[in-house]
Amino acid sequence: MSDQNPSSQPMLNVQIDSVWHQFPKGTRIIEACEQAGSYVPRYCYHKKLSSPGNCRMCLIEMGFPRLGPDRKSELGADGKPLINWMPRPQISCAQDVAEGIGVRTNSPLVKECQRGVMEFLLINHPLDCPICDQAGECRLQEFSVDFGTSQSRFLEHKVKKPKNAVLGPRVTLDDERCILCSRCIRFCQEIAHDDVLGFVDRGSYTVLTAHPGKELENNYSLNTVDICPVGALTSTDFRFKMRVWFLKETKSICTSCATGCNTIIGTREDVIYRQTPRENDAVNSCWMCDYGRLNFKYLEAKKRLLEPQIRREGKLVHTDWSTAIAQAALQLKQFSGTEIAIIASGRMTNEELWLTVQLAQSLGTHYIDIVPRRGRGDDILLSEDRNPNTNGARLILGSASEPGANLLAIADAVKSGQIKALAILKENTMHLGVPLERLAQLPVFIAMNILSNEATEKATVVLPACGFVEKRGSMINGKGRLQRLNRAVRPPGNARDDWEILRDLIQAVGGGDSLLSIDDVFRRIGETVPQFAGLTFSKIGDLGVQILQMEELPPTHPSDEEKIEQAVAIQARRRAVRSEST
Amino acid sequence: MAITVPRPKLNWRERMYLPAIVAGLAITIKHFKNMLLGRTKVTMQYPEEKWDSSLPDHYRGAPALVRDEDGRVRCVACQLCEFICPPRAIKIIPDEIPSTDRFAKVEKYPEEFDIDMIRCIFCGMCEEVCPEQAIFLRKDYAITGFTRADMIHDKEKLLEIGGVIHGVILKWNEKK
Repeated sequence: MSDQNPSSQPMLNVQIDSVWHQFPKGTRIIEACEQAGSYVPRYCYHKKLSSPGNCRMCLIEMGFPRLGPDRKSELGADGKPLINWMPRPQISCAQDVAEGIGVRTNSPLVKECQRGVMEFLLINHPLDCPICDQAGECRLQEFSVDFGTSQSRFLEHKVKKPKNAVLGPRVTLDDERCILCSRCIRFCQEIAHDDVLGFVDRGSYTVLTAHPGKELENNYSLNTVDICPVGALTSTDFRFKMRVWFLKETKSICTSCATGCNTIIGTREDVIYRQTPRENDAVNSCWMCDYGRLNFKYLEAKKRLLEPQIRREGKLVHTDWSTAIAQAALQLKQFSGTEIAIIASGRMTNEELWLTVQLAQSLGTHYIDIVPRRGRGDDILLSEDRNPNTNGARLILGSASEPGANLLAIADAVKSGQIKALAILKENTMHLGVPLERLAQLPVFIAMNILSNEATEKATVVLPACGFVEKRGSMINGKGRLQRLNRAVRPPGNARDDWEILRDLIQAVGGGDSLLSIDDVFRRIGETVPQFAGLTFSKIGDLGVQILQMEELPPTHPSDEEKIEQAVAIQARRRAVRSEST
Repeated sequence: MAITVPRPKLNWRERMYLPAIVAGLAITIKHFKNMLLGRTKVTMQYPEEKWDSSLPDHYRGAPALVRDEDGRVRCVACQLCEFICPPRAIKIIPDEIPSTDRFAKVEKYPEEFDIDMIRCIFCGMCEEVCPEQAIFLRKDYAITGFTRADMIHDKEKLLEIGGVIHGVILKWNEKK
């Protein structure tokens, strides 16, 4: 957008509420007013969407410089141009600033207009704030307090419209609450490229609906819930679950694909209620996909590993952490480096990957790689690479080949019996393509994971770890941006932070000095990986730092790409078999 | 800083103590006489006698949920009382009313509504904040139990204390 690049545009003089400011050409008046400190209320305007100007809430008074007979603006006593005010109000969302214009955002006329618009908007609005999910973050509530009146003069009956209408698999609509701002319609047209919403009927009977025979089912449908200024569009998943003012908001990132959309995680008392996108123009603008947004339920699954376990007389038994770590170290130390392999995950943070490398070094093994994970991407946000930290693995594993290209070689070494000890960290063995019976025969099989699966049941030591909302850490997204994960909830049961498990394991194996916090780990990465040098967690900030220029990276070797494709194909086959059997 | 408090200087009458003893005895005799004449108020014989009849209208006893004339639990689980409650005694789990229900229009109801009466300080803020006229402080004051679990009033108990309320606004009713 032009207003985000002020240097390339000439600056224009604009008077806002009697004070002269300068704005680059192309700035919307509504944005200029906000930057000048006079917030103009708005419903239909959204800075990432087009401006239809249909809510009329952003009315302002506007005027142009008064021109003298010589076609030059007349100057007042203060040497500034005099302004000819227009007699009627204008909408500020659909016009750009021009040289010498004047804007009044709080004159009596503007206040009267805002009061009138609020009164019209509330005519047919139901009084169901007590049950409305938007209450607490509702623009209608906020502007009603700020710009409206506290009483209604409306004596007639309100128009009744459909309530609890299902718009799609994830979105429920309450038409009575809708103020017809059309943000959702424009989002579907302009951002999601899936034009399914529209208004039907006329006057006060206008309702929002999906086209006949269609549903709002695109992968970005829940963004319409975010941008809905009132409680008309609600998330079927979050509906009636929790009032928004109870939610603790933690800034984090989504880990469902390599895009790494910035998010806010809403939690209360260690329960995650929702994820919403957080604005970051370098990554995800204001949006995120539904797949990533809802991909947190597994953390509360019944299959969640809660206690460390070790195999005793053929059975897995619960134990404490020190025993589990000591046992794992003891088992690993039986074998030499050529007999040990470590499968890490592209879902691990940079810190965890770095510690994994340290573990591999102290064990002397070279068999270390991550599992590649691919899916169908789109050209909006969803990336083909479903590992959130492939670039982190690329930097930190320091391997000459692409992350994931060695996986099949490791799998072959496991099959051939060369590998006697396998540590699989945050991954499912399904992705290896090694039969489960073969894994069960391994003398040492250490599994660190979040959920139990067929592999953890065959393991000799099980280490319960944390999900992405339960830990701090950093990841590098597909475009090379270093971003930060923050802890929103505490891990359940006896599950532990991944980096602590790895640190203790390294110490028990015999290498490594004391690392007291994850910030220490980050500092140590900076000593070995040049891209991290000089950075700290606080320097990453909420919006991340670009540390990797993807175009500068050497091109992928075709044979690596082939191996990754093979590994992904094996996963797809296994997944198909598993979904058939269930 | 230490302050030296001077001892009072007693005169010969005070040093004798006798007038003070007589004065004290006079008060005792006065009370004895009042009691014989039935003029002294004695302690109410609680629990045989109870305060209930003499409680003022504004008395704040146990909070309770009410039903309206139609039998609907008035609470819609907006959780404002949970939010305002200073000792955090209230815990609500909301849920959706199924579309087949008589009161489906209300959409939301409290699946669970617990008030921890060990925590409750009878401040009445829940009643004050309630936008639905659903929670009221009743006159029950003897809230007892043998265990901590006994002291948590669940939805059934709260509705039992609350009973039915008449003459409140019925805003969810179908309009003409």
